[in-house]
Amino acid sequence: MSGQTILTVDGLTMRFGGIVAVQELSFAAERKKITALIGPNGAGKTTVFNCITGFYKPTGGAIRLSHDDGRQIALERLNDFRIAKQAKVARTFQNIRLFPGMTALENLMVAQHNALMLASGFTVLGLIGVPTYRDAEKRAIALATDWLKRINLLDRADDAAGNLAYGDQRRLEIARAMCTEPQLLCLDEPAAGLNARESAALSELLLSIRNELGTSILLIEHDMSVVMEISDHIVVMDHGVKIAQGTPKEVRDDPRVIAAYLGTDEEEAAAVMESGS
Amino acid sequence: MTATPHNATNASRTAGIPFLLKTAFINAAIALVLFSLMVGIRTEAGSDGQLTYWTRFGDLAWLVAAVFGGSIVIELLRQWIGPTGAEKLVPASVQSGVSFIGRYLAPALLIFTLLVPVIFYNQRYILDLAILVLTYVMLGWGLNVVVGLAGLLDLGYVAFYAVGAYSYGLLATSFGWSFWICLPLAGILAAFWGVLLGFPVLRLRGDYLAIVTLAFGEIIRLVIINWQSLTGGPNGVSGIPRPTFFGIPLDNSDDGLAAKLGIEYSPTHRIVFLFYLILALALLTNWVTIRLRRLPIGRAWEALREDEVACRALGINTTTTKLTAFATGAMFGGFAGAFFATRQGFISPESFTFQESALVLAIVVLGGMGSQLGVALAALTMIGGFELFRSLESYRMLVFGMAMVLIMIWRPRGIIGHRAPTVYLTKAQAISSDLVKEGHG
Amino acid sequence: MDYFAQQLINGLVLGSIYGLIAIGYTMVYGIVGMINFAHGDVFMIGGFIALITFLILISLGLTAIPVILLVVLLVSMAITALYGWTIERIAYRPLRHSFRLAPMLSAIGMSFVLTNYSQVAQGARVKPIPPVITGGYTLHESADGFVIQLSNIQIIVVITTIVLLAIFTWLVSRTRLGRDMRACEQDQTMAALLGVDVDRTISMTFVIGAALAAVAGLMYLLYYGLVDFFMGFVAGIKAFTAAVLGGIGSLPGAMLGGLAIGLIETFWSAYFSVEYKDVAAFSILIVVLIFMPTGLLGRPEVEKV
Repeated sequence: MSGQTILTVDGLTMRFGGIVAVQELSFAAERKKITALIGPNGAGKTTVFNCITGFYKPTGGAIRLSHDDGRQIALERLNDFRIAKQAKVARTFQNIRLFPGMTALENLMVAQHNALMLASGFTVLGLIGVPTYRDAEKRAIALATDWLKRINLLDRADDAAGNLAYGDQRRLEIARAMCTEPQLLCLDEPAAGLNARESAALSELLLSIRNELGTSILLIEHDMSVVMEISDHIVVMDHGVKIAQGTPKEVRDDPRVIAAYLGTDEEEAAAVMESGS
Repeated sequence: MTATPHNATNASRTAGIPFLLKTAFINAAIALVLFSLMVGIRTEAGSDGQLTYWTRFGDLAWLVAAVFGGSIVIELLRQWIGPTGAEKLVPASVQSGVSFIGRYLAPALLIFTLLVPVIFYNQRYILDLAILVLTYVMLGWGLNVVVGLAGLLDLGYVAFYAVGAYSYGLLATSFGWSFWICLPLAGILAAFWGVLLGFPVLRLRGDYLAIVTLAFGEIIRLVIINWQSLTGGPNGVSGIPRPTFFGIPLDNSDDGLAAKLGIEYSPTHRIVFLFYLILALALLTNWVTIRLRRLPIGRAWEALREDEVACRALGINTTTTKLTAFATGAMFGGFAGAFFATRQGFISPESFTFQESALVLAIVVLGGMGSQLGVALAALTMIGGFELFRSLESYRMLVFGMAMVLIMIWRPRGIIGHRAPTVYLTKAQAISSDLVKEGHG
Repeated sequence: MDYFAQQLINGLVLGSIYGLIAIGYTMVYGIVGMINFAHGDVFMIGGFIALITFLILISLGLTAIPVILLVVLLVSMAITALYGWTIERIAYRPLRHSFRLAPMLSAIGMSFVLTNYSQVAQGARVKPIPPVITGGYTLHESADGFVIQLSNIQIIVVITTIVLLAIFTWLVSRTRLGRDMRACEQDQTMAALLGVDVDRTISMTFVIGAALAAVAGLMYLLYYGLVDFFMGFVAGIKAFTAAVLGGIGSLPGAMLGGLAIGLIETFWSAYFSVEYKDVAAFSILIVVLIFMPTGLLGRPEVEKV
């Protein structure tokens, strides 16, 4: 395993009762790169995501995460919150899951829970109000403010997340995931429901996350303009198995990919072929 | 379908006299059937155990007539106010005004509360009532942590109140420990029970959690009733020592506080002391809760109420987060219980029924889940209102139940329908309760 | 062994009554998604109406027990059903799309109203009736003189329960109303779009639930020979426990849970202590839920992310 690989999925299988959602899937994601997982609806992409982020326990296979300090973590052995806390894998959701009744700023503060918990001496010191906690809180607010600037929502910081426009909510969710300071950021259809301008802004945001912060990104996406523009590596799935992988250009020209998309959804197939040409 | 039209189509009809009468007639007919046997016939077991009955058709007629008249009045009111009657009774401007006034209302209320023993020094009844209200304010604030902030439905909160009361009662009567030692112990024991119950059941969701907490409340009560050697069973624990002023008794003896201060003894001293004691405990609860809300743990509670899955994706340990909320709420319940025991000097299982849990829950929900001021106002309204109807005797709970139904229909989200953010960059804006979730755990 | 068999019979009879009440909880929960806290009190009202009707019929000079019972059954079912309907209209319908806790609090308030209405209207004292159905069969007599009794009233309770369950299952699975109910359970908005009268279906759910509770009330009256205004609380909590134990929302689950609670209570009383029978029932509920978080027959919750 080279030091360049952050995530290695090896023979991942997920069964629900008799249905095999993902079968013997293997792929790798490189550090500081954007890897896209694409495929027609029902290909099993979100299931893979849920296995990686601990919401499902895989039926078989291994998922290895290598931290930049060289630690190897077996994700399939960690469950729910520990994946985000210990393995530093953050994710967003296909249907946005913000805390709608809390402000944008509060959403970003909750994301820094574990760091702040430690700083508040597991609440005890924070309750007394020790200065070290106050400093930590200030730093947390600064980080949150920084992210609000990046996603262009600084002026909405004190508005309830549920009151933000759809596109803003999408970006806020990404910022929230980034506030956990992850090694790997998993995005489940971040461009869904965005208009062309918002999609472009999203691409820019993701590229800046990769280039400036060096965070590795794994994303599921249907919007081919986004995928083809920003991905370094693409893995194509259909019916639970990997059918192709490579650079955007390789994938675009792969007859198996075109067949898979043509077989299910003409529009998407057309999108695969047209984007970039 | 036309009997009690709550839907818009019926309500938007114009006030045609025939329609009005038809509605009233149907409602009266329904009332006649409903009340016919239950009110029209009165049964009673005679001295020989034989059941006899007699008729009360006069009462029945009165009731049915009242329903008939009431229907007309309600229908007229509905058409006069408009289809969304309940909403319109409290216009939006007033609703947002409440939170604005809230900034001044809370300090004003606090100052008034501090002065209550001065103003009403000679009115024992009012002082007693104020102590009772404050006890429920404290219970409400305690449960608010669990239900309002963390969004966990707890129907057995009274169990922790009972644990606190019996902890103090038993420790004080068996070992003679003082109130000030037992108070923290009562809180710790209640929190311990909270963790003990919470640990296995907090992964249950929604109504499953509700029934388990209810069952737990009943278990505690039944154990208290039946474990006679420890708890005295239905007879309860009596002779619980009164609290002392940090070791100085508040009695007529030479060691008493009055003698030491060189003032004339009065039994009111103790009442006033109890008043300030519960006020201090309640304010402590409030202070801790407000502080906790602004700490990561408090934010995690609220985030848990908003979206548990998202919390897990952010690396928050939802189990311990729930447990801390549960234990914190239980601890405050335990404190309140210890106070209750020392105030009454006597405790029995009768004080810890499901009705108490329901009452405290009603206070939290009516207050507007999560709002500290709202809970205080709701406790004042509910307990004060309950006292107002004391003269109604057996009708009191009937009126109380009706009030609960009406209040929920009137304001399902409670008095204070806003959430205040815990941190802000430029300006703290109140968040409408329509956005705030109420949890599903 | 004989003692065991006797307790088994007693437990099944008690469980049948709990099951009948539990069905009302589970039906309402399945369709409206709320705990109808007032349902236990609807059961109590059913018992009272049965008692009063019974008294009137006796004083009118009727002697044919089967006729009396039939009339009592019908009257109490009808009036109690109207109670269920009215409660839904007044206390729950205005809160249909409100926040989750509002209808629950409203239901708790309604429960207080019914308990105290009954107390005010009929007094706080227990109302006994003389045994109506007497006699029974001796199933087995052991050498030491212990007899296993199966009384006629026990037979009637069990048979009534089975017949009602059969009718009810038919209603839910074969009739238009049943189909509407199942549709509303899945998705009220979609059901309404497809022409299901959601309001009417929900009303009918309350009516049926209340009617079954009335039958349970009558059975209770006949079996124990008394009613009182407070019996709804305890029976209601037990039945609700039964519904949750069986898996709330599941009709066979409600019956199974009812039987389980009845048996636990009876056996615990018989072999351990009467005082702690409720503690045993509640504890077992907690234990079952720890290992099967959605009850015995409940559908496991699939978490969508």
